[in-house]
Order: sequence, then C-alpha cells, then structure tokens
Amino acid sequence: MTVFIIRRTLQAVIVLLVMSAIVFLGVFAIGDPVAILISPDATQADIDAAIRNLGLDKPIWEQYLVFLGNALQGNLGDSFVYNEPAIRLILQRMPATLELAVVAVLLSIFVGIPLGMWAGLRPSGVAGKSIMVGSIFGFSLPNFWQGIMLILLFAVILGWLPAFGRGDTAEFLGIRSSLWTLDGWAHIILPAINLALFNTSLVIRLTRASVREVIGLDYVKFARAKGLSRRRVVGVHVMKNIMIPLVTVIGLELASLIAFAVVTETVFAWPGMGKLIIDSIFVLDRPVIVAYMMIIVLMFIAINLIVDILYSVFDPRVRLSDMKR
Amino acid sequence: MSLRKFALAATTALVLTAPAAWAEDLVIAVASEATSMDPHFHNTGNNNQIMRHIYDRLINQGPNQELLPGLAESWGPTDDPNVWEFNLRQGVTFHDGTPFTADDVAFTLGRAGDVPNSPSGFGTYTADIASVEVIDDHTVRIHTDAPVPLMANNLSTISIVSRAHGEGATTEQYNAGDVAIGTGPYRQTEYVPGDRIVMEANPDYWGEAPAWDTVTVRPISSSASRVAALLAGDVDVIANVPTADIAQLEDNPDVSLSQGVSNRVIYLHLDSDREQTPMITAIGGGDIENPLLDQRVREALSLAIDREAIVEEVMEGIAIPAGQLLPEGFFGVSDNIDVPEYDPERAQELLAEAGYGDGFAVTLHGPNDRYINDAAVLQAIAQMFSRIGLETQVDAMPRSVYFGRASDLEFSVMLVGWGSGTGEASSPLRALIATNNPDLGWGASNRGRYSNPEFDAILTEALQTVNDAEREALLAQATEIAMQDIAIIPTHFQVNTWGTRPDLQYIPRTDEYTLAIGVVPAD
Repeated sequence: MTVFIIRRTLQAVIVLLVMSAIVFLGVFAIGDPVAILISPDATQADIDAAIRNLGLDKPIWEQYLVFLGNALQGNLGDSFVYNEPAIRLILQRMPATLELAVVAVLLSIFVGIPLGMWAGLRPSGVAGKSIMVGSIFGFSLPNFWQGIMLILLFAVILGWLPAFGRGDTAEFLGIRSSLWTLDGWAHIILPAINLALFNTSLVIRLTRASVREVIGLDYVKFARAKGLSRRRVVGVHVMKNIMIPLVTVIGLELASLIAFAVVTETVFAWPGMGKLIIDSIFVLDRPVIVAYMMIIVLMFIAINLIVDILYSVFDPRVRLSDMKR
Repeated sequence: MSLRKFALAATTALVLTAPAAWAEDLVIAVASEATSMDPHFHNTGNNNQIMRHIYDRLINQGPNQELLPGLAESWGPTDDPNVWEFNLRQGVTFHDGTPFTADDVAFTLGRAGDVPNSPSGFGTYTADIASVEVIDDHTVRIHTDAPVPLMANNLSTISIVSRAHGEGATTEQYNAGDVAIGTGPYRQTEYVPGDRIVMEANPDYWGEAPAWDTVTVRPISSSASRVAALLAGDVDVIANVPTADIAQLEDNPDVSLSQGVSNRVIYLHLDSDREQTPMITAIGGGDIENPLLDQRVREALSLAIDREAIVEEVMEGIAIPAGQLLPEGFFGVSDNIDVPEYDPERAQELLAEAGYGDGFAVTLHGPNDRYINDAAVLQAIAQMFSRIGLETQVDAMPRSVYFGRASDLEFSVMLVGWGSGTGEASSPLRALIATNNPDLGWGASNRGRYSNPEFDAILTEALQTVNDAEREALLAQATEIAMQDIAIIPTHFQVNTWGTRPDLQYIPRTDEYTLAIGVVPAD
C-alpha cells in the first residue's frame, strides 16, 4: 500500500512538470496577453512598460525557469488581470464549484442508480423502457441549451427559482457554503440539475447494464435458491457487485464536473473556477491558466488514487500492490 | 418663519421626496466583470465604469463624453500654454469624512501611471505632465513641456483617490476595500470577484444625491442568460442586449430598451505599406505586388461595401453606416465627408484602371468575440468583395489570438473597432492613421502602416493648438485627408442597447459604460 502511494506520488510530480511546460508553451504560442490587455489608447512606451510589468520581456525559457523556481516555494505567480496570487483566486472560487459538483453528483447517484436498477430488473416494462429513452435525451441535449431552457421554464415563465448566480452563504462546521442557506439551495438547484443531467443518464445506463450482467450469474441464482429475500439479493449481493464500475465512473465524473463545469457556470453566471478559467483563457492570463491546470491534475490524481483504494474495499480480491498501471 | 428657515425646509423636503420616490436597490448585469477595484490598475471599460461610481474625476464626461465639471469647478490653460490651472470644488469630503484637497490630486496624478504589475496603466494620460504644483488647498497647476490641448480630456479618465489611504496602497488593498476611499456618489461595500460588486449611496455626495440605496453590479457573460435574468426580474438593468433578441424584446411589455450610438467605429485596416502583403496573392496563387498600395484599389474596396446592407441585414438595423472615424456631433468630425455610396460598377472600373481587372485573392481577418456580430460582418464584407471579382476568404479567430497577430502585421485586410476614449477625433487619428512612430507614441494601432507626411503635419499642428475651434478645424481637415486617401475603410458605428425594467430607462452613453446614475424612471 505504502509503496503504491509513493509510486503514485512520483508519477504525479512528473505529470505536473510536463503539464506545466506544455501549458506554458501553449499559452505563449496562442498569443500575446499584452495585445489584449492593453488599452487601445496606449502608446508604444506604455506597451513596453506593460510587457515589463508582466515579466514578458524575458525569453520564454527564462520565464519558465523563474516560474518553476517560484512554484517550488508554493508561489504560482500573480494573475495578470487581477494582480492577486493565482492560487488564491482559484481557491477563492473553489467552494462554489465544489458545492455545485457535489450536489450534481449526489443527484446523479440518488436518481441514476435507483432508476438504472429498475430498468435493469424490469428491462421490458414500460417504466424501464421510458427510463432508457429518457436517458438518451439526457445524453444528447446540449448542455448550454438545457441550461437556458431550465432558466426559461423555472425562472422566467414560472418564476419559482432565481435565474442566475450563487445564493447567500453561511458558515457551518467551519465551512462557508451556500448549501447552509435556503437562498443558496434556491440558487443551486437549476445549475446542479443542468450539470447532473448528463451524468445521471450515464449512471442509469451503466447501472442497468451491470444489473443485467450480474442478475444472471450463478451466485444470484444460488442466493435465491437459498431462499434469501428479493430485497436482500438486490440490495446487498447485486448492489455490491455493480459498484465497481460505478465507483470508477462516478469518481472520474466528479473530477471532471469540478474541472469542467464551464458551460453550466457560464450559463448560470455561477462564480466558480470554471468561469474563472474560461475568462482567463480569453485574456491569456497565463499564471491563472497554469495554476488551474496544476490544481486540476493534482485533483485527478488524488481522485484516481481514492477510486483505486475503494476498489479494494468493494472487492477484496483486488490488492493495491498488484496495480502497477 | 424666516425666509432662510423656509428655504432650508424646502430643500430638506426636496431631498426627502424627490429621490425617495424611487430610492431602492438597483441590480445591474454586465457582460464582463471588473477585474480589480484599484482605480488605476487596469485601464479598461469594465473596470472604469465601476470606478465612475466610487470615485470622481477632476473633469467628468457626460453621456456624450462632453466635458463637465467634476472635482474641478473650472479649468484651462493659463497665459503660459504650458501651464494648466484647475480650481477645485470646496467642501467635498471623501467617504471617510476627510476633506478633499489639492494634495490628493497631486498624489493621484503620481500614482495613476505607476501601479506595480499593471497590464495597462493610466500613464498614457499622465505622460505629458512634467510637474504638479499645489498652489493652495483648492488650486492646482499642471506644468507640461509643450502645450497639451487635450489635458482636460486626458484628466477626465483619472479617478481621484485620497492620499491618506492611497499612499503605498496595493491593488490587493483596494480589492479588500479598506483603502478604496473616493468622493463619488457610491461607496464600495462588497467585492466578490466573479460574483458581485455592491455599493451603497454616499449621503454626503457633493452633487445630485444618489438615487439608489445600493447598487449591485453582477457579471453574466452569456447574453441569453443576461436577457433571461432581466425577464425573470432578477436584475433591473442589463448591458449589451444581443442584436438578435432586440426585435422580440421590443414587443415585450416587461422590458424597456434604451439605445444610443457609441464612439466605436468598426473599420477595415489595409496593409498599405509593404511591397508584398502576406494575405493577398494572384488568383490561383502566386505572389503579386501588394495591390493595396494603389489608392484606386483601396477606394474600390470601400465602394464595394454595401454599408446599408451590413447595417440592415447583419446588424438588424442596430448600427449606423460610417464614412469617418466618429459619428456626427463629436469634436473634430468633418461635415464634408459623406458615407461612401455602394457602387460595385465603379469599384470594378477602379480595379481595372489599377491593373487588377481580373481581381486577386485575399483573406480577410477579424475577431469573432470582440465586437457586435464581428464575424458575421466580416462574412458579409467578403461576399461583397467577391461580387467585384476578388477571390475572398474569411479567417475569424478569438481575440486572444487575433490582436497579437494583427499587431505583428501578419494580415493584409483586417476588421477592427476603435472607441475614442477621449471623445474626440484626435484619439483615432493619432492611433490608427498617424505614421507609426514609437518614440512619439503615434500610430500604435496603425496596423496597415499608412503614412502620409501631410496628414502627420496637420495632426501635429492640431495637437499643439490650444484654441478649441482652431483645433477642431484642423482635426476635421486631417480626417478629410485620411478618408480621401482611404487610409482605413470605416463600415459602421456600433449602437449599444441596454435593457431595463419597464418603469426605468437608461440614458445611453457613447463610451458604452453602464452607470447607475444613468438609470432613471421611464418618462
């Protein structure tokens, strides 16, 4: 186990190094931040001053080495447009994104798994078929359009919920979140549904497929023959065995919901990290882009690690030290 | 009751009733958020419009960018044209109660161009200042090395901060709010990046009492969501209503629209300097001499553009055809220039005269996320060029890629927009058309590298002429030369649209700013 974690950590360092170099060069190749940030009225002297201010007058390899040196001390640079440490900007917005992603994942679990199991246990019933058809819509409707339709229906026409933004926050157990207030929930429902729709469909289909596979296996037949109640067979024996693919997918999906909730955050003007990264990309705010990517890579690595450990919990045959991938 | 007492009572009643009729909270949704609460960190519209609430300037710009008294009651050059004198308003206090004095002006002018890490500071407007002399608490003299007729326009961009708080203050401290002390009609109370800026009325404001108790400015970048938020009643005012939605919203009783022409001209810049230009070839490939060097070809391109069609079809009627750099009514606009008539036959004749009767192949470049319908305008222009026999292609790209490449002179014909921050003609003339000269600071955005010594001479003279009427005539003359030469091809002026609740309206501004003071009850 320890060896496994150490090996993973070493891999993470290498990935981070490679990734930071790619992003650094990538942003450099896209364009010149000063050309976008500078006021049109500026003279050449002003432009030169801005280039010096942002440290862009040095050769790119020198800029990268300076960045690496600072990064080793925990400083990923100051944002060009906010003039604040990039890390702080991202961490400031992380709670908003995290609460959105968590609510969305919970939605997809608590809606997706029961529906998927129903569809898997009664594949030819009307309900089962309707669930499967519904899940196709969840997959295929564009996220952006869904979001606008949700706003149109629940905010503009019905007027039940606010159209955009994050609600009031409160502090509870040392965590400041909008989930502790009613206003916060009113604001989070629509974006969370929007974010969850795709994943709910994914979970439904995955659950159904796994249930169909497991239900015909010998141990299920044996459990039934033994006279166990249907509830126990489905709730314990089937459930436990379909969890492995689900945990993998849900874990990775949680990570990608956190990292790439860009569309939902833009449609609902949700002040999260996705909104920050897309704004930063538009103006080539390199320190924020690089810092964001590093945080996201770290997060993916961590979640993968947790998923691997969860495997061994769900399936005792799996030994972590065997997993050399 | 003595007369004096009555007068006082009447004033009190006025103060209590007039604004109280609609004193409430106002929520404004803008497309792009302010990225900093430091008034001198980044000179960009998103930030400047917020600063106009919290800070005053010596000289204010009205809705049409006309100069109005701000913290200076009067100003002007002294007998020595190199010295400007500003007489400051008395009895003005900062939000913390301390009095505003000349010393704060001196401090501000020093800080404005000198904020660490600034990606675009205000040094552009203070560079001409040699020294600031404080005569007494309410008189300031600004010394320059040469006459600077635009001193008043330049200073109308700079927010005045308090020395007591601003000295040594960092951008972070302004963001946190503890040093964000101005004299403006609203006070900064909350700044949550990416989410909201909240300001509350300053009860001691020297000017007209602020009409709103609190003003909240929230960024909603998706235009569909912005419109939906207004329709849902979650916000009271939205900026940048998309042109595609305007026709439908006009019929909606729950929304009122306010429109006004902006100071922004959309134009084509032409590479009219190099012998060979990267994006023009003979038809079917093969290098040719740069046809844009020939004035007749440039004129042909201008005549080939059906500006009415662009306005009607692409902009849905929400724009004004342009024949010069600023719309009618601005300082320095020439009365002698008409919008060029659409005339494809004449354009083809001109091409033939110039030896390009068979046309040539050209790629047009432009941004696709910067101006209203920018990529669609470019497509339309390309079709019009095809009609006169040019093999035309379009390459529209995100602004993050576009502007850097345009400034590196990688393009031949490019679509750009220019808003005159000073509200008069010298700004575009100097930046777009004057010969590129980094030492002088001229032609910084002259991406076509047009150069005409006669034009430069007149502009130089204009920028040294302190007399307004003479300067205006010179600027108009310079504009006429540039348009005669087809230094650039203006296509249209943008018209901006704001949406409000039906009981409100917005006084449109040519500088495109969205300000709480411009939100007034509907008539």
